[in-house]
Amino acid sequence: MDLLTFLQQLINGLSLGSIYALIAIGYTLVYGILRLINFAHGDLLMVAAYVAVMGVGLFSWPWPAAFGLAVGLTGLMGVLLERGAYRPLRRAPRISLLISAIAASFLLENLALVIAGGRARPFPVPQMFTGAFVWGGLFVPRLSLLIPLVTGALLVGLFLIIYRTAVGRAMRAIASDLATVSLMGIDVNRIIAFTFLMGSLLAGAGGLLWAMKYPQVNPFMGILPGLKAFIAAVLGGIGNVTGAVLGGLLLGFLEVMIVAFFPAWAGYRDAVAFTLLIVLLLLRPTGLLGEALGEEKL
Amino acid sequence: MLEVFDLQVSYGAIKALDGVSFSVPRGRIVTLLGANGSGKTTTLRAITGLAAPGRGRIVFEGRELQGLPTHEIIRAGIALVPEGRRIFANLTVYENLLLGAYLRRDQPALARDLDQIYDTFPRLAARRTQAAGTLSGGEQQMLAVGRALMSRPRFLLLDEPSLGLAPLLVKEVFHLITRLNQQGVTILLVEQNAAAALKIAHHGYVLSTGRVVLEGAGAELSAHPQLQPAYLGDEPEAEAPPFSS
Ligand SMILES: Nc1ncnc2c1ncn2[C@@H]1O[C@H](COP(=O)(O)OP(=O)(O)OP(=O)(O)O)[C@@H](O)[C@H]1O
Ligand SMILES: [Mg+2]
Repeated sequence: MDLLTFLQQLINGLSLGSIYALIAIGYTLVYGILRLINFAHGDLLMVAAYVAVMGVGLFSWPWPAAFGLAVGLTGLMGVLLERGAYRPLRRAPRISLLISAIAASFLLENLALVIAGGRARPFPVPQMFTGAFVWGGLFVPRLSLLIPLVTGALLVGLFLIIYRTAVGRAMRAIASDLATVSLMGIDVNRIIAFTFLMGSLLAGAGGLLWAMKYPQVNPFMGILPGLKAFIAAVLGGIGNVTGAVLGGLLLGFLEVMIVAFFPAWAGYRDAVAFTLLIVLLLLRPTGLLGEALGEEKL
Repeated sequence: MLEVFDLQVSYGAIKALDGVSFSVPRGRIVTLLGANGSGKTTTLRAITGLAAPGRGRIVFEGRELQGLPTHEIIRAGIALVPEGRRIFANLTVYENLLLGAYLRRDQPALARDLDQIYDTFPRLAARRTQAAGTLSGGEQQMLAVGRALMSRPRFLLLDEPSLGLAPLLVKEVFHLITRLNQQGVTILLVEQNAAAALKIAHHGYVLSTGRVVLEGAGAELSAHPQLQPAYLGDEPEAEAPPFSS
């Protein structure tokens, strides 16, 4: 492989991996505090993309307004999911929660189907994010710069919240002992809602980036990136935010490299991702940065 | 300050508390004694809303607490050092103490209180950036006490705060409780160490299988001939037969 091709693929892998990372954080945050795999999380990408499509296409809003609203409403949708589908089951067996999550996912997909129809729609990519730079022999789409930059900024914000604020401390404390957090005078429900808000806002941003990268929108568009991001979260060690970022980047790079260097395997890129998950979990059941789960965490 | 009337708490079919009544006057130290499983922890959990009473009333400064969510009870000025320490293992010592002060906004006073806790427990000071889960059992106990104090409670509940501490530190903790009390904090203390607890308590209650079986002023109670049998388990038929080889 020559250096140029490698660099080129690095750039491609970075933008794909960044999106996985943004989405993976939502899975890992929720798992960290509730031990729940939020299967509806991937569908939030679709929600964000559709709100943006409607804003720009139907109401002819300028894109910053439509995108802002899309991210905001997606955050709200995540909070609603927790309120409606998970909070009432907090004391129920874990399996009920899981079933509720799957049901919520179907609900979102079918709502989109009813409201927007099954036909795929083009996503209105703002003019300023189309096109590419050519540097030497490197071909760098503007999006490939935008995506890691946006992701980086959001991650810095998120890490500041988690590790430098009182709310972030409460979020991490809930992951270790929910009942005792309430003994600190903290309204646990509000912290959980806030956690869903964080994860869903990031999923909203990830959804818009994804839709700009693959500019087609349909009701089931969130499923595959959602699953991939879930893999990324497990790869990194579910419950660990840094791990989710690492897992997302790793998965993004691997997928892109496989397609670039083994073009014959290109059709199997998803299969490769899932195989990777199985192999890594066999070797390291807790993921890259995950700690062994104590009994109280299961 | 606190009055408990006819409190009843069940875990499924098990009646853990069966009509417990007692009161903790403002500015006093009251201790709750009893054998293992007599309902001491359950009483503290009911007061703080962690266990839901099936019957009875819990009145704090004229306000009914039963049915309120835990965080609102805490906001009334109550803190609990829970049984088994329950420190946040993945957070640092410093972060644990800050969480204790979550509700406070008075920065300068908060920093002073933090220093004071580090003064009282120098072992915590030396480990302030260490993950709390890596502390020894005794150090975790100090942290649980420190964390509760960080909220500046007016009413402090302690569930066996001396458990797992070396004798010298047990003495230190009892001194601390007395000192806090002199500063105006009302205290409800659950202890295994009945003699030590009664020495500092103004009043004591003895629980047995979910009922109050004995009560009295601290000194009076420690001299009570029935304290030992009651404390060790009052039902003769439940007593283990003498060990024979
Ligand atoms: N979560 C629970 N589920 C079922 N039963 C419980 C639970 N917690 C306590 N109990 C029962 O309630 C009774 C009172 O328990 P509690 O913990 O209040 O006792 P305690 O006086 O604090 O004992 P110890 O001195 O051993 O701490 C016991 O019989 C115990 O088995
Ligand atoms: Mg107990």
